[in-house]
Amino acid sequence: MSVFAEMPPKNYELLPKGGDADGELLEISMGPHHPSTHGVFRMDVVLDGERVVKLKPVFGYLHRNHEKIAEGTTYLGSMPYTDRLDYFCSMTNNWAYALSVEKLAGLQVPERAEYIRVIVAELTRLQNHTCLIGFFVQDMGALGTPLMYAFREREKILDLFEELTGARMMYNYMRFGGLRCDVTADWLARLAALVEGYDKFLDEFELLFNENEILLARTQGVGILSKELAINASITGPMLRACGVNYDIRKVDKYGIYDRFDFKIPLGEHGDLYDRFMIRVLEMRESIKILRQALRDIPAGPFMDPKAKLRGFRPKAGEAYGRIEAAKGELGFYLISDGSPNPYRYRVRPPSFINLTILEDMCLGQHISDAVIILGSVDIVLGEVDR
Amino acid sequence: MIKGMAVTAKNFFGSYVSKERLPTVQYPEERLKPQENTRQFPFLVFDGDDAQKGLRCVACQICEKECPPKCIYIVKSKDKKPDYKGQAQIYPATFDIDISVCMSCQICVEVCPFDAIKMDTEFELSTDDRFGGLLFNKFKLAKSNEHYHKIHPTEATEVDGRLAEEKAKAEAKTKAAAEAKAKPAAAPAVPAAKPA
Repeated sequence: MSVFAEMPPKNYELLPKGGDADGELLEISMGPHHPSTHGVFRMDVVLDGERVVKLKPVFGYLHRNHEKIAEGTTYLGSMPYTDRLDYFCSMTNNWAYALSVEKLAGLQVPERAEYIRVIVAELTRLQNHTCLIGFFVQDMGALGTPLMYAFREREKILDLFEELTGARMMYNYMRFGGLRCDVTADWLARLAALVEGYDKFLDEFELLFNENEILLARTQGVGILSKELAINASITGPMLRACGVNYDIRKVDKYGIYDRFDFKIPLGEHGDLYDRFMIRVLEMRESIKILRQALRDIPAGPFMDPKAKLRGFRPKAGEAYGRIEAAKGELGFYLISDGSPNPYRYRVRPPSFINLTILEDMCLGQHISDAVIILGSVDIVLGEVDR
Repeated sequence: MIKGMAVTAKNFFGSYVSKERLPTVQYPEERLKPQENTRQFPFLVFDGDDAQKGLRCVACQICEKECPPKCIYIVKSKDKKPDYKGQAQIYPATFDIDISVCMSCQICVEVCPFDAIKMDTEFELSTDDRFGGLLFNKFKLAKSNEHYHKIHPTEATEVDGRLAEEKAKAEAKTKAAAEAKAKPAAAPAVPAAKPA
């Protein structure tokens, strides 16, 4: 017998009830092998007719002991493992980890390396948001076509990354105090061509969705997240900004060299699905702006701190927390060093895990088909949620 | 909605004329050339003709220690053999890489002080042997410097230049050492003659 049948959900009385199936609850288990759950993720949903009255997210299917493994390997050895957290945005994961270790060891990153880091991070944001929109409309029933267009553009960015780092997804590119290898002038020229073409692609892509009746009907006023709840649950990233809270770590912390760029933070108003969708579209435009400025200003020079050591790297005892604005929200790494080659404690603050905690609050009272797109709008990657 | 259909139509018909809009290739028949930096799995570089004699690896075990998933297993040899500089060095008696565990992170390549291990671009490695098929020993891992030049030309030229420089330095040093040795050897020859 189900736990939920004995214990009715607390908001259940307040919700409008259907006529024929009055009081009959249906408990279904969505996932873990469900195409709309973006990985191995399960939701225990209690339904009244088609409305969600209770939702329990169940995760951990992809748990692989990331933090404990990192405590057993060297600082450098954890770098390729961070690629596997959020496998869509390996570059930003690399950066967040490198940033915390640099804080711990007091390393200075050369100017050129900082510019390249900004370039690759913004490219990562571009491809993540493009694909997210593709997945999002696929959840709404636009099967395939927009997603294929998104993947076509992502392919171009991945080609650039492959040329630079040698891998298409698991880059392992950043090093403490710099980067593994330098970019060539040819690479930068190809990137400039891509950036120029991307605006055109976004225009075309937006034409598919903007003013599309189905999209407006499915997203406006659905899955509303209030400002207060978002702040209390420490939601970050586009999810938070869609509620109208002006909080972007690129502006708040100004890590790296983000204070040199001129860009805006798009903000939502209602905190519904449509705002979350549009925030991502607008953020891509801002990313392109940053990329243009970075390409214009990139200086020549070294790409690695000469003090940085590859072998036998032992930072002094102490602790550090480095955080960046990843495509999904605040990604932070908390490290405690005891002076040995391995971190004493290694903790990841994953954005999509924390953004997922309020899934039930957004889904209550909505249709089950809307629960699917609400989950899609959170932008989760299970590699990061389960670690 | 009609606007959306126009975009779809543009992309559909565009895929026949523009390479931009049709990036896929029919894989087993058509293949893309791998990028120069592409990395798949490590191999051991050897110089000269004999794969085992020419191995650059000196079994220092740094890669074994640094490898994050611990997929490298090395046993040092008891005897020594001359390396490219002519110095007597230990060589790996066993050098195994478990390709099924390796995660292609390239850290072994970066930490290697002897430029002995590099990344290959071979990726069609699937096998039906569950037990030893993906455990590569040093005979299977050894690949020639020419192969390295073929897959990563720029990098290999750079490495060759560096090695040649080191070799020249080492030769100069041995020459200097031999000269230095010759001098003191010549010097005590005179006092040695005295007691006699």
